[in-house]
Amino acid sequence: MLPNTFPDPLPPALRDLLERDDPAPQAAMSRRSFLKLTGLGGLALGAFPLMAAAQGVTGQTEALKPTQQPSAFLHIDADGVVTVAINRLEFGQGVQTALPMILAEELDADWAKVRTRFGDSSPAYADPAYGIHITGGSNSVKNSFLQYRELGARARAMLLSAAAARWKVDVAALRTESGKVLGPGGRSLGYGELAEAAMAQPVPARVALKDRKNFRLIGQATPRLDGAAKSSGRQDFGIDVRLPGQLTAVIAHPPVFGARLRTVDDKAARRVKGVKAVLRVPLERGGEGVAVLADGYWPAKQGREALALEWDTAAVERVDSARQLAQYRELAAQPGPRHFDADMTPLDSAPHRIEAEFVFPYLAHAPMEPLNCTVRIGADGAELWVGTQFPGVDGQAAARVFGLKPEQVKVHVQMAGGGFGRRAVGSSDYVVEACEIAKAARAAGFDAPVRMVWSREDDIRGGYYRPMHLHRARIGFDGRGRVLAWDHVLVGQSIAAGTPFEGGMVKNGVDRSAVEGMREPYPLPMRLTVHHPKLNVPVLWWRSVGSTHTAFVMETLLDEIARATQQDPVAYRLALFGDQHPRHRAALQLAVDKSGYGKRHLPAGRAWGVAVHESFSSVVAYVVEASLHQGRPMLHRVTAGVHCNLAVNPRGVEAQVQGAAMMALSMCMPGAAITFKDGEVEQRNFDAYTVARITDAPEFDVHIVPSAEPPTGMGEPGLPPLAPAFANAIARLTGQPIRELPFRLA
Amino acid sequence: MTTLDINGREHTLDVATGTPLLWALRDTLGLTGTKFGCGAALCGACTVHLDGQAVRSCITPISAAAGKKITTIEAATDGGDRIGTAVRDAWVKHDVAQCGYCQSGQIMSATAFLKSLPKGKQPTPDEIDAAMAGNLCRCGTYARIRAAIADAARTIA
Repeated sequence: MLPNTFPDPLPPALRDLLERDDPAPQAAMSRRSFLKLTGLGGLALGAFPLMAAAQGVTGQTEALKPTQQPSAFLHIDADGVVTVAINRLEFGQGVQTALPMILAEELDADWAKVRTRFGDSSPAYADPAYGIHITGGSNSVKNSFLQYRELGARARAMLLSAAAARWKVDVAALRTESGKVLGPGGRSLGYGELAEAAMAQPVPARVALKDRKNFRLIGQATPRLDGAAKSSGRQDFGIDVRLPGQLTAVIAHPPVFGARLRTVDDKAARRVKGVKAVLRVPLERGGEGVAVLADGYWPAKQGREALALEWDTAAVERVDSARQLAQYRELAAQPGPRHFDADMTPLDSAPHRIEAEFVFPYLAHAPMEPLNCTVRIGADGAELWVGTQFPGVDGQAAARVFGLKPEQVKVHVQMAGGGFGRRAVGSSDYVVEACEIAKAARAAGFDAPVRMVWSREDDIRGGYYRPMHLHRARIGFDGRGRVLAWDHVLVGQSIAAGTPFEGGMVKNGVDRSAVEGMREPYPLPMRLTVHHPKLNVPVLWWRSVGSTHTAFVMETLLDEIARATQQDPVAYRLALFGDQHPRHRAALQLAVDKSGYGKRHLPAGRAWGVAVHESFSSVVAYVVEASLHQGRPMLHRVTAGVHCNLAVNPRGVEAQVQGAAMMALSMCMPGAAITFKDGEVEQRNFDAYTVARITDAPEFDVHIVPSAEPPTGMGEPGLPPLAPAFANAIARLTGQPIRELPFRLA
Repeated sequence: MTTLDINGREHTLDVATGTPLLWALRDTLGLTGTKFGCGAALCGACTVHLDGQAVRSCITPISAAAGKKITTIEAATDGGDRIGTAVRDAWVKHDVAQCGYCQSGQIMSATAFLKSLPKGKQPTPDEIDAAMAGNLCRCGTYARIRAAIADAARTIA
């Protein structure tokens, strides 16, 4: 997802891109245009601003931004059902439950009557911190906690005002409880009964929020609102969109990124029953593709397989993984931009030294739902149905393809079957592809919605990977494990280079998303040199971004220093923290205490492993138990200590930690690598690209440090410390450190 | 024309006989609860039952499904099947799903597994893992899948 260092506010380049074409930026938007954009009005709480305007109440609501207007987020039916709009993509991380919990807390809603819907690309659903509709950087709950509390509190105030007017009593005499306003003498009105009157009340600009000791929902382990639908096949995802007359497109991508076609023979493809058209379409990086349009996925895919295509790959760079590693090693020896600096003179005279090289491969996100996007071109605009982390960016990209104004493109955000960053692409790659196909289909005379569906092979080979990285470290330390000098070199492609994010994320030649997690939070004299080579491989953020590799390097090397100086790895880290970093200390101590580390005797052949890391403002510590079974590393038990401040839904936090740990475990397993030969990705499907299975899963215990501070996110922070904790345990068994992912035992 | 018995109803389809059952269900009949994940029987997202056996519908041609009773997630969890219902309820109780995309297939594998056990037999953790090893979950919901299956097994005992 977005890197830790994703700037706040938005990088100027992206802001320019977004605002240039936008005739109605947030600040200047009138309430009427806001209503028109959101498409609401006329019903219950859906029409607050319009009704308020009709009543002549103007000043207060205009002081509020679209992101603060209850009308865009809340609808209360006459029967008391409360529908909350979600300003994020739900792709497993649980915001569809956590955000309504926050709003319902302040609204005092009856949780059993809370439903949800997804917001679209309208300004109301922008992230309040970033100003665009975005799901990433583990920011959903963190950035919308106050926003959703205030939304709920505003609506509650309006319901109270309506009840006070109805009963002709002072608001102070009223209270709310579980979807009802209660008044003197046992009077009671349900929110549904008050909704229509409440809409006539002004929207308060300022509202008092609950004291946290009165929270009834926030902090309670709460089942997911989508649990029943997802346990019975009733949950629709983007891939399940079915529009009348819809055609399905499957596209033949170039074998090497950016390659063009030399010849196309589509005679056999056109003969496949159900195939309607074969269309040549432009792709990114100057490449081309051939889309097969059919009345379903299967004939479209059969058509694609029947294509005889010759590609010109001579004009594009053809990456080869072995050659690339050699190039990275050469580059590591060259001078380069410095991210940190320190005196390296103590290095040569240090009593103890470690010299280490780490290699990390490209990684595919591989969400279970293959990427897809459905496009309908209408008379005066276009609509997209897509599970996207970037609805605004994707809508703008679609507008450019169609030559439309951004407001002529509506993005319907769909429930997504995983994403992990792959649905937040600055170039909107798969969305643009779907739009190009729809445009070509229309030009060919098809007046039908087009659903583009990628195969798993398209997904594994489709680029936008976590970049390959090489790290080199030379560390000098004394007999007590005190680091005297740490000379570190990092080589890897910049995720931001060449994207709208470059201006905000690349400083002095260093992409901050590549170095996040380095040195932190330890007081180490480190010199960090960074190289960002350019290669013909699209790269992207991948759940926890830079920390996918920096945490591994930092936490295994520190463990190695502790081992070399006969120190306990927990005690060594706690000593480095000193009296600083209370969240790190608390998370680590909790994991240690709950695991029985240092107290419980492990079965023969098992060892403890420890790591702790902060990413995206949350800290996760793992204490793991691992063994070697016939030479194969096995992870048996994981105890987590989590510090995410106030946990809105502890059950969601637990699921995110388990899931992130499983994704990290996948990184350690044989086959968790994307490699290139002569420019082509060597992996095709789940047989060659490893995703952990239930037989690989350890036992989990997740514990959360109690806190009342405003919540920090948990979509990503569970990932970084798992692989180093596992590697540290294996190193204790073998005496040899692991310096490569997937694990390669020395 | 191929006639299929799906969830107790006969459907006659005018699609090529080599068409995988998955696409007949999803694109022709609109039964989208069964999911496409890999197209190569590697992930289990498309699992359905053929005469009670869990199969990967993405590689099962409709010609091989004709004449057999096909059960999809929609029918297995609609309350009419005791074991399917127990599995569904355990999934909800344990909050198994995250993104949820693979869960139709997980539930179909789990249901077929529990149906295959001798009456009253409680599965061991290793047996649960072995039965579910063909179903991938990128969200990593495996710990709760284990708990939900063990719970459902106790419920139906």
